[in-house]
Amino acid sequence: MSKLYTGAEIVFKCLEDQEVEFIFGYPGGAVLPIYDELKNHKSIKHILARHEQGAGHAAEGYARSSGKPGIVLVTSGPGATNVVTALTDAYMDSVPLVCISGQVPTHLIGTDAFQECDTTGITRPCTKHNWLVKDVKDLAKTIHKAFEVATTGRPGPVLVDIPKDIQFNKSSYTKQKKQNKFNGKLNNLYSQKEIDELIKLITKSKKPIIYSGGGVINSGTEASQLLRELVDLTGFPITSTLQGLGAFPGEDTQFLGMLGMHGTYEANNAMHDCDLMINVGARFDDRITGKIDEFSPKSKKVHIDIDPSSINKNVKVDLAIVGDVSSVLRTTIKTIKKFKPNISKSNKSNISKWWEQIQKWQSVNSLGYINSKESIKPQYAVQRLYELTKNKDTFITTEVGQHQMWAAQHFKFDKPNRWMTSGGLGTMGYGLPAAVGVQIANPNKLVIDIAGEASVLMTMQEMSTAVQYSLPIKIFILNNEYMGMVRQWQELLHDKNYSESYTAALPDFVKLAEAYGCVGIRAKTPEELDDKIIEMINTDRPVIFDCLVDKVENCFPMIPSGKPHNQMILGPKDQEENKITGKGKSLV
Amino acid sequence: MTKARSAYSISNKKEKFDTHIIVVWVDNEAGVLARIAGLFSGRGYNIESLAVAEVDKKLNISRITIVTTGTPQVINQIRLQLKKLVPVHNVADFKREDKQVIFKEMALLKVVGKNGKREKALKACKKYNPVILDKTNKSYVIQVTALRREIDKMIVDLKKFGLVSVSRTGAVAMTRGSEIFK
Repeated sequence: MSKLYTGAEIVFKCLEDQEVEFIFGYPGGAVLPIYDELKNHKSIKHILARHEQGAGHAAEGYARSSGKPGIVLVTSGPGATNVVTALTDAYMDSVPLVCISGQVPTHLIGTDAFQECDTTGITRPCTKHNWLVKDVKDLAKTIHKAFEVATTGRPGPVLVDIPKDIQFNKSSYTKQKKQNKFNGKLNNLYSQKEIDELIKLITKSKKPIIYSGGGVINSGTEASQLLRELVDLTGFPITSTLQGLGAFPGEDTQFLGMLGMHGTYEANNAMHDCDLMINVGARFDDRITGKIDEFSPKSKKVHIDIDPSSINKNVKVDLAIVGDVSSVLRTTIKTIKKFKPNISKSNKSNISKWWEQIQKWQSVNSLGYINSKESIKPQYAVQRLYELTKNKDTFITTEVGQHQMWAAQHFKFDKPNRWMTSGGLGTMGYGLPAAVGVQIANPNKLVIDIAGEASVLMTMQEMSTAVQYSLPIKIFILNNEYMGMVRQWQELLHDKNYSESYTAALPDFVKLAEAYGCVGIRAKTPEELDDKIIEMINTDRPVIFDCLVDKVENCFPMIPSGKPHNQMILGPKDQEENKITGKGKSLV
Repeated sequence: MTKARSAYSISNKKEKFDTHIIVVWVDNEAGVLARIAGLFSGRGYNIESLAVAEVDKKLNISRITIVTTGTPQVINQIRLQLKKLVPVHNVADFKREDKQVIFKEMALLKVVGKNGKREKALKACKKYNPVILDKTNKSYVIQVTALRREIDKMIVDLKKFGLVSVSRTGAVAMTRGSEIFK
């Protein structure tokens, strides 16, 4: 008879087989047997968060910067409910997480026991799948299946709920059977015919644009390389969603910047006027499309996505290619090289007029702002941060709000997995714990959370985690004392009624840093900004950087609510002069 | 136009709603119905009727028949979102008007009244395969199988013949001929 292991031992045997190195978690009554077993498994290190939501976001940061699944371990009841925000966030942004939660013993389930909640019921709509393990014999199989579901196809979070008695019960352990790649469901459902169709559209197009998204990042570093090759080969302009930043170099001349609600003028107008749109691993999110009825009215739309349910969900497309981005791009490039070796030349003349038009849009300089000598403009702060760190391999996380959009606009990425932001769910408080996870996965790299003072206070407690594990993360707070994006919407849409968007009684962030045992730096003027940023970079400890910025700066350009791409509000310069140049630039 | 005060765009497009029957083969495990029903409620899809039962004990497979309404785009989403669920093996979908598919619903009708009235009630159901399941000198329990709208009509008609209680199932479906759902 084979050796018997307790449920807790089986959990670790599974994690070892899955080559897990880090667990982000928080102990509690219903997971104590698992925590007790931790000491016997030296290859797995536990990172103690200060709140389960923080553990979840840290695991997300770890997963997104490393390409490996993030593991979360929490207790029953409040442990599980606290992690729900992180699970939902991971679900919206397709981040692979495996969350293991403790549950009250099987015989107490349904009795309203202490720290009991219906964890699988609560997390059902915010995970790809979840399991309640009711028999220790099923445990190993379930955990391995959980890893498979989380990491294959379109990645996402899963949860395994393990009652306490199952953690004590004994069973034999069987190693996972050879992993089959397709989640029971094949990923690549496209045919060569569709690729040929795509190439036909590419060769015919006069006004093309490639619009890439987070799917390219999720498909692995090879996908980013292939995307660069395709853009190079076709000579097409490319724009990216918030999540796709880094898949294509931000400083490349063919890159038009981010598109969408706070995207550049050139990217949005090119999307609106194009005759061919190639969506590579993006999902036509409402922040991207604006008014859906008037979204890119004249274009043929191609959608490359691994998730069949993304096709025709928001926008009807003319050609759907269901498959893994890497695989689709590889086949496309191979076919082009074989049958259309001169495509670069013929395309160049085809689209030269289009590029001229794009350059006209670019000359508007939609990311411009009026700089100041007295106060630090937030855009300026991000630009300086970028200039002073671009010689390093820098990882950026953000919270949610104006600072997030300024970071996306002004910080340029040239590698995938360097940009971690909560795009789908828009979770304030994401960036700080995510930075913890990113630093764990990339110990010797510079990790900066570009934050707002309101967001960062939501998960500030995780500074304590950073200090405990000597993680030299940098929290770069653009402090304007407002919930900036809320204030901006109130200014534009609610007659400047700044209802509850000002935070009185903010903490002194420098003293707060000291209280946590890390370093606090404050910058008040543009003059001292560079020196302070350099000081921050050179500090080999966690830093909270309190950057006092202009309090009423708004984030432009912007597609206002219910408007199509070609009706953007440009910056304040434009509003002052109140000029309307052509239909592409009507002001609201 | 009034100024939009929302961060979201509002669509004014009105599209035609179709009625579709969706058949789903799932692992018969705890919570599977909650997953399906949760998908519908969470994404704002309609369920008009639902019928579930295990159809293969050995393979542990249940067959779910869902009647739903939606625009073609929504119906397509329902199908694709269902397919993504881990316990779902297969999804078939067809229009309510599809002549190749048979639908049936069952209803149990309790009629209370004098003999003559009860006989009239029975007569009124004649077209819909009435079976008397229970009989007393005051009441009948009649089983009928028919289409939804036929049962709807019957319920109205039988009111005057002493109909006191109705119990109905959701629709189940099967293709005509030798073909089976794929």
